[in-house]
Amino acid sequence: MNSLFILASLIEPGIGLIFWTAVTFILLLVLLGKYAWKPILSAIKTREDGITKALASAESALNDMRELKSNNERILNEARNERDNLIKEARDAKDAIINEAKSKAQKDADRIIASAREQITNEKNAAVTELKNQVATLSIEIAEKILRSELSSDEKQKALVSNLMKDVNLN
Amino acid sequence: MVFALFFSFSLKISASEPTEHETEEQQAVVGHEEASAEKSKKGLDIAAIAFEHILDAHSWHLFGDGHDAVAIPLPVILKTDNGIVTFMSSEFHHDVHGTHVVEKNGLRFVNYEESIYLASETPNEHGQYLNIEKNDKGETTVLNPAPLDFSITKNVTQLFLSAIVLFLLFTSVAKAYKKQGVTSAPKGKQSFLEPLIVFVRDDLAKTNIGPNSEKFVPYLLTVFFLILINNIFGLIPFSANLTGNIAFTLVLSVGTFILTNINGNKHYWSHIFLPHAPKAIWPILIPIEVFGILTKPFALMIRLFANIAAGHIIIISLIGLIFIFESIYIAPVSVAFSLFIDILEVLVAFLQAYIFTMLTSLFIGAAVADPHDDGAHKNEDEHLAVKH
Repeated sequence: MNSLFILASLIEPGIGLIFWTAVTFILLLVLLGKYAWKPILSAIKTREDGITKALASAESALNDMRELKSNNERILNEARNERDNLIKEARDAKDAIINEAKSKAQKDADRIIASAREQITNEKNAAVTELKNQVATLSIEIAEKILRSELSSDEKQKALVSNLMKDVNLN
Repeated sequence: MVFALFFSFSLKISASEPTEHETEEQQAVVGHEEASAEKSKKGLDIAAIAFEHILDAHSWHLFGDGHDAVAIPLPVILKTDNGIVTFMSSEFHHDVHGTHVVEKNGLRFVNYEESIYLASETPNEHGQYLNIEKNDKGETTVLNPAPLDFSITKNVTQLFLSAIVLFLLFTSVAKAYKKQGVTSAPKGKQSFLEPLIVFVRDDLAKTNIGPNSEKFVPYLLTVFFLILINNIFGLIPFSANLTGNIAFTLVLSVGTFILTNINGNKHYWSHIFLPHAPKAIWPILIPIEVFGILTKPFALMIRLFANIAAGHIIIISLIGLIFIFESIYIAPVSVAFSLFIDILEVLVAFLQAYIFTMLTSLFIGAAVADPHDDGAHKNEDEHLAVKH
């Protein structure tokens, strides 16, 4: 046993192992390259591309959603404003209608009252006139009857004259 | 831990030389009292055991020693002057000292320290059919001619196994993608391996190479997982030390070297042969740059080999402490330390696979870098142009 001899063979590459390593290595390069590395690398690449694409599409979907949300908000705001406007307009219209109705009613009422008043006045006047006429008739009849009774005898005529004369004196 | 102890024990046994010493070594483990009695007779060469543990072998040794050793025989393939010779490693009858001759195709072979030589006609004084020369420094040289050894050794077997495991594992993962579709979350093996694949693709390839990294990703993935799986396999007791073998790392770094230089663009080569420096120092700079082309993959080769081999040597040395001190009481310390180193080695397994792949992609990145992309460099060029 000689260590120096073994040491020499340790750093001296053997032709057999060189040959078999070269053969195996080249075979392995070709076979692994064709049946392992090519499908594995392309699969990993496909997946990575897929992930990149998925991330990008997720990002764009998020953006779309954000846009959609802001759109929705804008539309909602517009709708809200429109509603407010509509309500306001309706309220105004209502007020206007009420006011108009009120003023119309007032006018009508005034007109009715006025005409009623006029009618009343007319009726009253007619009644008064009639009353006056009746009073006049009655007065004439009364006066006729009184005159008839008063002037039925001489004494009564004389008494009357004296009475009248008393009054005159009192005055 | 038990396995580690057992493994070191079996290695130690197989490392022992002549048969008369083997029994006493077994006794050294059984009880240290007998061993200490024999201490003067035999010292244990832990360094040799450690080196043998990390070296390649022609059979997959499991346990036992000498002729009783249990090992999985592996095919021996030799390229000789008489053509290709093949036989099973079991025909050496576990001999690694050149004492057993195997005759095939009219040629005679011996196995000496897991190297195969053509046997001499007659044995020497140690019974070895070899002509071994020792110089003054104690270095031995075997003078016998050696055939080219293309054997399916322990390391080659593990390489094949790891390649099959990798292929089955990743094709099943690929199938899972096909079956489950690409939109579903990864499951099981997929969820463990996908982050590693994506890590290599994004943090190693894309970061270091730049926009055209895609075509290098399959190469980087293969390198990363081949190193990683063999680093991890190497930590399993009874397994081979493939990534700690310089031949294996040599091939991988040559791959990096070739890939880097065939993809080198105009800018890369102009940086080497037309450096941005005064022409007077070009004779110094150009050789340095050219040398740099080679040193980069060379450093890759040494780094991986040395890191993995060193880890294995440390573990075997810590276990070896028990036999050096010849005391059972040192065992808890050895076991604790080797457990710690083992866990560290798991980290190193991932780290070295990462570093090798990262540096490979860095070198490729430097070779394919587009100077127009590099604003700083452009400014530097203009600055130099103004200076000239």
